[in-house]
Amino acid sequence: MALIVKDKDVVVPGEILADDLGFIPGYGTHRMQNKLMASRLGLVNIEGKVIKIIPLAGKYLPKRNDIVIGRVIDILMGGWRVEINSPYSAMLSSKETPEFIEKNEDLTRYFDLDDYLVAKIVNVTSQNLVDLSVRDQGLRKIRGGRIIEVNTHKVPRIIGKKGSMVSMIKQATGCRIIVGQNGLIWVDGEPAKENIAVTAIEKIENESHMSGLTERMKEFLENATGVKLSMDDPKGDYNGLQ
Amino acid sequence: MIQKVIIMVYNKRLDGRGFDELRSIEAKAGVIKKADGSGYFRMGKTVAYAAVYGPREMFPKFKQDPKKGVLRCNYNMMPFSGAGERVRPGPSRRSKEISFVTDKALSPVVDLNDFPNAVVDVYIELPQTDAGSRCCGINAAAIALADAGIPMRDIPAALAVGFIDGNVLVDLNYEEENLSHFIEGSEDVPDIPIAFIPSTDEITLLQMDGMINKENFMKALQKAKAVAVKISEAQRNALKEKYSKDVASNDNHEE
Repeated sequence: MALIVKDKDVVVPGEILADDLGFIPGYGTHRMQNKLMASRLGLVNIEGKVIKIIPLAGKYLPKRNDIVIGRVIDILMGGWRVEINSPYSAMLSSKETPEFIEKNEDLTRYFDLDDYLVAKIVNVTSQNLVDLSVRDQGLRKIRGGRIIEVNTHKVPRIIGKKGSMVSMIKQATGCRIIVGQNGLIWVDGEPAKENIAVTAIEKIENESHMSGLTERMKEFLENATGVKLSMDDPKGDYNGLQ
Repeated sequence: MIQKVIIMVYNKRLDGRGFDELRSIEAKAGVIKKADGSGYFRMGKTVAYAAVYGPREMFPKFKQDPKKGVLRCNYNMMPFSGAGERVRPGPSRRSKEISFVTDKALSPVVDLNDFPNAVVDVYIELPQTDAGSRCCGINAAAIALADAGIPMRDIPAALAVGFIDGNVLVDLNYEEENLSHFIEGSEDVPDIPIAFIPSTDEITLLQMDGMINKENFMKALQKAKAVAVKISEAQRNALKEKYSKDVASNDNHEE
């Protein structure tokens, strides 16, 4: 078996990954004769015989059960059209709100144009029509704070293992933070602390490739805020909102 | 008195290059911050910038394709980019044609099946030109598309070749494209822009201006294919240079 690239190598489209039929093409790869080639820019991930590519660039594509932050761009008969930092805008139906909305009621009472909201993607069709919901706990309109944009492929780094990274920033700065899978992040807190949180997030985005990120972020946050951070692993699963 | 007859033979190139030597090339990725992906490509004095926006919603809506995304290319020479007179801004017959062939050269490699009803816009701007601008534009656009994270089969590489006095000329510059203006009595060089898909040797762009016979044309094609590898290498290195700093340490990955 001839593997041409190593695990975690950066590959570009058209690059040969392996010239052997013994490997199985995963996401972001394609086979040409007996060669396995990359079909997008990203990092190679080899798991046994499966070779896949973790993309490093590209727009956010909506996925079911993702928590996203969006902006209301239009008000329709039975709901809202929401821009979610993706090629496709999403639909939030008036049936998907926690309170019952009567027919012919003025929808701007709930969400007005240019309001930001945290929502969950409940359905994505083959034509990429996206349905949102604000029915779950913690899903709501956003008031105050600020929204920053990061590369969607860096979102897992900002969240960290089971939310360890984001909870560390919360602990240090006392800010409320919601990380949308679509690369929009809401930060709200004391102005000075808010700045530190934003700097920290930008630092993670720029330095996610260097090892020892957690330790460096801990040091940075402790220096900036003077808060001693405990490093115990968060319990339970991270749901994006806690 | 004996009359001396001098026959001009183009056996040395005007800029001193070897016959199968490219002009100096330079490639960069991510040169335009606001764009979703961008690329820069320089061949000698021809400079191309390409910016990719999207996939994003397609407007006007009636142009949407519910089966797959659409690639939309736009080629533009800046007013001050030419050798002599100001290039009149705005779309011209020429720039529309080049936008069209660029689109046809790139669309066989990009896979937009995941983006129904969406569009990927490619804007190619040339601040400085010295022949070979469509090839340079395609090279820059290919980098930009890969930088934007668009799924694609390969990165196409383009260059122009010509033929004169028994020699294949690779990567013509402005003087060679209009040789009869610069060397008296010389024939015009046929100008053949070609774009390849390196992994399969498929040709996605093939145009010709001038005349050439079949044997010589095949020779020119072979030469172009061999030299396109260098362009392809430059494109790949540009992308890797930008992204290799992104190599992730997996210790913080949310899984």
